[in-house]
Formats: sequence, structure tokens, C-alpha cells
Amino acid sequence: MTDLPATNSDELDPEEQRVLAAIEAELPSMPAGAQNLIPILQRIQQTHGYLPRGGIYLVARHLGLAPSKVFGVATFYNQFRFNPPGRHPIKVCLGTACHVKGGEIILENFARRLGIEEGETTKDREYSLERVACVGCCALAPVVVVGEKIESYVTPSKVEGIITEIEVRREMAAREEERNES
Amino acid sequence: MSPESTPSQRLADMRQAAEEQWRELHEPEIPVIYVGNATCGRAAGSQETIASFEESLAEKGLEARLVKVGCLGHCYAEPLVIIHYPGYPPLMYQKVGAGEARVLVNSFLKDGSDPCFEYLFGALEPNDTFPTLMDYPRYLFEKRVIMEHCGLIDPASLDHYLAVGGYQGLAKALEAGSRRVVQEIKDAHLRGRGGAGFPTGIKWEIAANASRHPKVVICNGDEGDPGAYMDRTLMESNPHQVLEGLIIAALAIGASRALLYIRAEYPLAVETIQQAIDAARERGLLGADILGSGFGLEVEVFQGSGAFVCGEETALIQSIQGNRGMPQYRPPYPAVAGLDGLPTVINNVKTLSTVPVIMRRGSNWFKQIGTENTPGTAIFSVVGDVEYPGLVEVPMGVTLEHLITEVCGGIKDGKPFKAVQIGGPSGGCLPASELRTPIDFDSLRQAGAMMGSGGMVVMNDEACMVEVARYFVDFTQNESCGKCTFCRVGTRHLLAILQEITKGEGSEEDLEELQVLSESIIQGSLCSLGKTAPNPVLTTLRFFRDEYLAHVREKRCPALMCRELIAYYIDLEACARGCDACVACCPTEAIFTTSNRKKAIDQEKCVKCGECVYACPPEYDAVRKVSPPEMIPDQGIEPLAETEEEDEK
Ligand SMILES: Cc1cc2nc3c(=O)[nH]c(=O)nc-3n(C[C@H](O)[C@H](O)[C@H](O)COP(=O)(O)O)c2cc1C
Ligand code: FES
Repeated sequence: MTDLPATNSDELDPEEQRVLAAIEAELPSMPAGAQNLIPILQRIQQTHGYLPRGGIYLVARHLGLAPSKVFGVATFYNQFRFNPPGRHPIKVCLGTACHVKGGEIILENFARRLGIEEGETTKDREYSLERVACVGCCALAPVVVVGEKIESYVTPSKVEGIITEIEVRREMAAREEERNES
Repeated sequence: MSPESTPSQRLADMRQAAEEQWRELHEPEIPVIYVGNATCGRAAGSQETIASFEESLAEKGLEARLVKVGCLGHCYAEPLVIIHYPGYPPLMYQKVGAGEARVLVNSFLKDGSDPCFEYLFGALEPNDTFPTLMDYPRYLFEKRVIMEHCGLIDPASLDHYLAVGGYQGLAKALEAGSRRVVQEIKDAHLRGRGGAGFPTGIKWEIAANASRHPKVVICNGDEGDPGAYMDRTLMESNPHQVLEGLIIAALAIGASRALLYIRAEYPLAVETIQQAIDAARERGLLGADILGSGFGLEVEVFQGSGAFVCGEETALIQSIQGNRGMPQYRPPYPAVAGLDGLPTVINNVKTLSTVPVIMRRGSNWFKQIGTENTPGTAIFSVVGDVEYPGLVEVPMGVTLEHLITEVCGGIKDGKPFKAVQIGGPSGGCLPASELRTPIDFDSLRQAGAMMGSGGMVVMNDEACMVEVARYFVDFTQNESCGKCTFCRVGTRHLLAILQEITKGEGSEEDLEELQVLSESIIQGSLCSLGKTAPNPVLTTLRFFRDEYLAHVREKRCPALMCRELIAYYIDLEACARGCDACVACCPTEAIFTTSNRKKAIDQEKCVKCGECVYACPPEYDAVRKVSPPEMIPDQGIEPLAETEEEDEK
């Protein structure tokens, strides 16, 4: 049996504490056996958007594995992330076709515009920035996936447009809410 | 088994209803609208197109049938729509956005008066009025065996697949029995389409002869090459064909367990396949007693977590067992001892998709297509600078030249051809002189490239070969599982050297070093990831040495691609006074006004994104790109004095 590391729970932000509690509650309904490790990690990430560090220990305990083993597996695969994604996850395709068409420049433009690096999330958790390899729309390169939507033929000025559109929508939603409240 | 309940008989019963449905669709009384709705169609906006059709039809009170189909492979033309109006042949339209959909409803679907020639691509059937698809080289030269029905049937409908002959191969296989199925596939000389080209029949025979039970079949849908997407398209557009192939493979080796390994980045493929499994089980095509034959099989989907190396069969098995996806030493081959030590056959999506066709039409039919050593077809995702990018299926043995210039329409905008990269990170870059190479496993390997995954990137003279090599090594270096030192550390060194060269910090000795290191990596790696990782470097060194030399000797990038070695400037002669087009587009505010009220670029601030090139109106076309940066001419630029700038405002 693996024990949770002694963490001072005050240090965890309330959001993460909530996620960990949820994972702890979900785990008993998940199948045991080491071969289920990846499907379990996938399910946690699907529900919560990421794998919190503490969650790794919980999964290890559930499956009777060493935490190092779980860490080893989780870090091996590109799919898993260890920090929460933004509300608007931005994935820039750097597959072959998109690379040749300047995907790197698009990634840089997002990084500059949002003030974060690839793999990071903005402080307000609005945006996160990632690179992906080929989303299968190479004929429309360069391609960016914003949330669920695929943007094709992206140019640096379109980067500005994409962010502005999100901001405008957010602003409108906020006003709408204000109006409803008053 | 009573004679009237043979698998074929049972299938025929099932097919009756399906064919009825199919007839209704193909001799329609109300218009039928097919919209390509696989991932690429969606990216181009097919969801909006569908919504617009629905809305416009409702507004006009018109009746029509909307069928969401998969992908035809013509990605350049998405969203793609086929309209079958009673009395007309089925007509195909390209780039149908929400607006065009509305026009089609108002002009054509309303009363059939105006078939909107302006968006028309061609008719699917011969007729007297419209050009047909066969008038286009793309259709004329393609040979569709695997993708025959992709984009023409609803992937969510088992009946559609049954109506076009689906599961007949399985029925035949069930009646023929394991041994004859293996023999048929051996006779067909089917070679695995997952990259290596291993004879499928032999693989199956080994597993069939293995004494351990139970046995396992796995469909490899990992598709890790960052520039290939045909496996995904097949799973999204015709999932039952993949499934049928998988069931036949299981029957052939006597497996009772089957898995589809699909990468989690392909959510639509996962969903479509899962749906197909459920539908097949419901109709008795999967489960305990398939078509009353007594043969039983269960199929499950395992989602891969996005590691390129997991496409390698032993690594794939590791990841299903819940481990890091690290390749294992072979032998024993998985066909002898694979998943949990059980005999395991692993086949690619395309391989399995070919199997039902061979079973249905026979190995002799199959062998007429392609070459003697490699019968059948090859699917490539041709992208980059060609006129008609997308998925193409051609007989094995056609030349690269034919594929690129005839089938895919040649290089876009009349630019010169420079190179074609084949086989993704394991493949190589071939120049114009190698375009006569026939497409098959052996010829491509001889030329230094690889069939690999079937990814093909065609490049014009604006692509730098050193940079392309750097890109692929960057990829493999990241994806190396770390097991072998030469692969783990060697690719890192390769990358470091290539990075220096692209920055203009390389030397001629570096080219030697690249060669030596590449050879060591090939020798010192266990799996093909390491063994093929140097291919992009070796082929570019061999065919494009001049370009490497320009980088190391002159610090110049001839293709004007390596950003550290280029600079942009504005030609004051061409620049128009008072025009501001480039200023607004610059993401770093690097463009300023000169004393004669033209524009210039502050090289310190410029990030070389090239946006101003597009922003500059074509009538001026004043932005220039040079390499090395010192080539910028001295134009005696003075910034506009601040006071004057104020005045101007
Ligand atoms: C690094 C690496 C990646 C691979 N990726 C894939 C893949 O994405 N899909 C695939 O079918 N085969 C892939 N393969 C080949 C498989 O190991 C295996 O040969 C293939 O799945 C066998 O199927 P086939 O006989 O039908 O070709 C890869 C091999 C290596 C070394
Ligand atoms: S490379 Fe970007 S979508 Fe394929």
C-alpha cells in the first residue's frame, strides 16, 4: 500500500482539493489491475481536464502500484497533462504540413499575444497553449484547434482575430449576465 | 447447420432490407444531399453547411434527405457536397459553405431548375449534360480498392455497408474456414501497409500454427506520423470495412479476442468505430455465434495515448498492458508471443481494410492490380504545395512523378518542384531526379525513402531541406522512448548539429559528423524508430548537399526559410507613400514611417513572421526577403521626425 505524501493541504488551492476529492470518490468504481492504468488515467483526465499530482498517488494506491510506476507511465505519453487546461485550450498544429506552412510562427504569435509559453496556462485560466502533431487537416495548413473548433489557413493576423473573437464573446456573456442580475 | 442458414444465406436476408434502403437513396423521389462530415470536412466547416441546408430547406418548406458521409479524400475541395436531385445524375459540388448551401437550396433544390454550374465539380455518373468526375485526372488515375466507398456511404449505417457488398467477404471466409482464408491471403501476396510490408498471409500462418490459446488480433490505428491521416479517414468513413477485416483475421488465426488500438487524438474515429462495433454485434456479425457459424469474437477499443513509438508493435503491446510504450527485442515475434504472452497478430488499418475486398473478389482479381511483388494499391496523404492535396489511392508501381504531376495536379501556382518527403519521420526527401521511382516498398527503400505511413509532403523551392531534416529529427528525438543510447542521445546530437546549421553556426566538419552519427544510430538502435530516424538527414545530405554547404559556408539559406539567416526589408522604390497596410499587420510594431513617408522595418524588433509580405498590396509588392541578412541594401533610411509624425496625425 502506498501512502499519500505528506502534503500540507493548505498549500493546495481549493480547486485542486476539490478535484482530488472527486478522484478519490470515483476510483472505487473503476476496475483494478495494472492493465487498466492507462484507461483510468484517461478517464480522470477526461473528467477533470488534467491529472493533478496528488491524483497520481491515489491511482497508484487504487491499483497497488508504486507511484513511480504511475508517474513513469503518465509522463511517457503525450496525452497526459499535469496542469489544468485553460477554458479556451489552444492547440497549434506542428505536423509536417503545418510546419512547412509556418506553424511555428503561429505558435510564437499565440505565445506573445497570451504571454505564456507552450505547455502553460494563463494565470486567469482562460487560455492554455499546446502544440499537437497533425490533426489530420493538412490540406488546410496551418491549422489551429481552439476548443473544439478547427481554424484553417491561420496567419499571424488571424491569431489576433481568434483571440479578439473569444474576448468579445466573453465580454458579451459578462454583460448579459450583468443585465440578468440587475 | 441446415443448408438455408449458411452465413451467406443469413447475410443475404439481412441485405435485402439494406438494398431496399439503398435503392430509395439512389433512385430518389425526393432530393438527397450528401455532406462530407469526417474530421477534415468539419475543419472546413461542414457542420455549418449542414445547419445551413437544414435551415434553408425548412424555410422553403422543402423536403430533402441529408446524409452525413465520410471523406472522399479530396481535402482541397471541402466541404464537399453531392446532390442527387430526381431526374439528374448525382452532382458533386466543392467548397460548399453555409452561403453556397443556401444558394443551392434556393436555386436548385427548390424546383430543380438551376443546378448551379458555378459550384459544380462534376457528375458521379456518365450523362449528356455535365462533365463527369472521370474528366479529371484525379479520378481517372486513381484506383480505389480500399477507399472505394469512403465518402459515398454513411459510416453510421451498417445497412449502407451491407448494400455495397459489405460482410460478404466475412461470410465467404466463415464458409471457407481458417486454412483456406490464410491461403487466399497468401496467394494474394498482400503485404502489410503499416510500413514494413511484411507478407500478411505468412504472419497469419505463424499465429494460426502457434499452439498457445487464446489468440489475439489487434488493429493498429495508432498512426503516429505527424503528416498522415489515411487510417483515421478509413476508420471515420468506412468503419465496418476495418471491422470486417479484423473479424476475418481473427477467424484465420483462431483468435477469440480482438482489439482496435486507436489514438485518443482521433475522437471521431473512436466514436465511429465504437458505434460500428455495437451495430455489428446487434446484427449478429460479432459476438458468440457470428452469422450462425459457431465462430465467436468480441472486439474492444483501446485508446492510445499519443506516443509515436507505440505504433511499433511490441511497444503497442506494452502500452495495452499498462506500461511505458517501449519496444521489446524480437524474436519472439508477437505472432508467437505477444499480448500477455499469447500469439498476437497486429495489422495496420489499411491492411485489414483490404482483406474483405480480397475475400470477396478473390486473390486473382487482387493480383491484377499493382506490381508482382506488391499487388494492390497504396494510399498516400499528399500535402504541401500541390494543386489538389488530399488522400489518393493509386495502384502500386506508379511513379512518384505520375502521382504528383498527374494525379495531384502538379505544383501549386506554377512554382518549381523541389523535393518530396515520403514516409514521415522514417522516410526521406527525394529530389526531381528520383521522381521516376515506382511506388512500392522495395523501390522506395532503395531510393533511401520509405513507404512508411504513406505521408507525403511535396515542397516547392521555398522549402529548406536542412530545416525539413531538422524538423523530423526534432520529432523523433522527442518521441524516442529512451531505451537505446544511440537513439536517445544520438538523435539529440543530430538535432543540435542541425540546429546550429540552420542558425548559420555550423561548419563543414558538421556534415561529416552528421553522416557518421547517422550510421551509428542506425546500427545502435533496437527498433525502427531509431533505425530510420536518420533517414531524413541522410537523404537530404545526399541529394541536397549544396544547400547544406550554403548554410555552413555562406551562412545563407537558399530557400529563404531558416529564420536566423534571412531578413525582410521594404524596397523604398516600390513602397507607396502614405500606405499603411503593413503597419497594422505587424505583431511586434516593427514597421515605422521613414522621412519620405514610406515604410521601413526595424530589424531589431522584426520576428520574421512574413505577415507584411501578404499585407503589402500586390500593386506595390514592396517587401523583400534576403539571405544572409547582410544583403539588405543601404537605402539611407531616416525615421520620420517625431514632430512631423504628430503633424501627420
Ligand atoms: C516507430 C514505429 C512506428 C510505427 N507506427 C505505426 C503506425 O502508426 N501504424 C501501423 O500500422 N504500423 C506502425 N508501425 C509498424 C508496426 O510495428 C507493424 O509493423 C505494423 O503495425 C504491422 O502491420 P502490417 O503488417 O499490417 O503492416 C510502426 C513501426 C515503428 C518502428
Ligand atoms: S500537419 Fe497540421 S493538420 Fe496535418
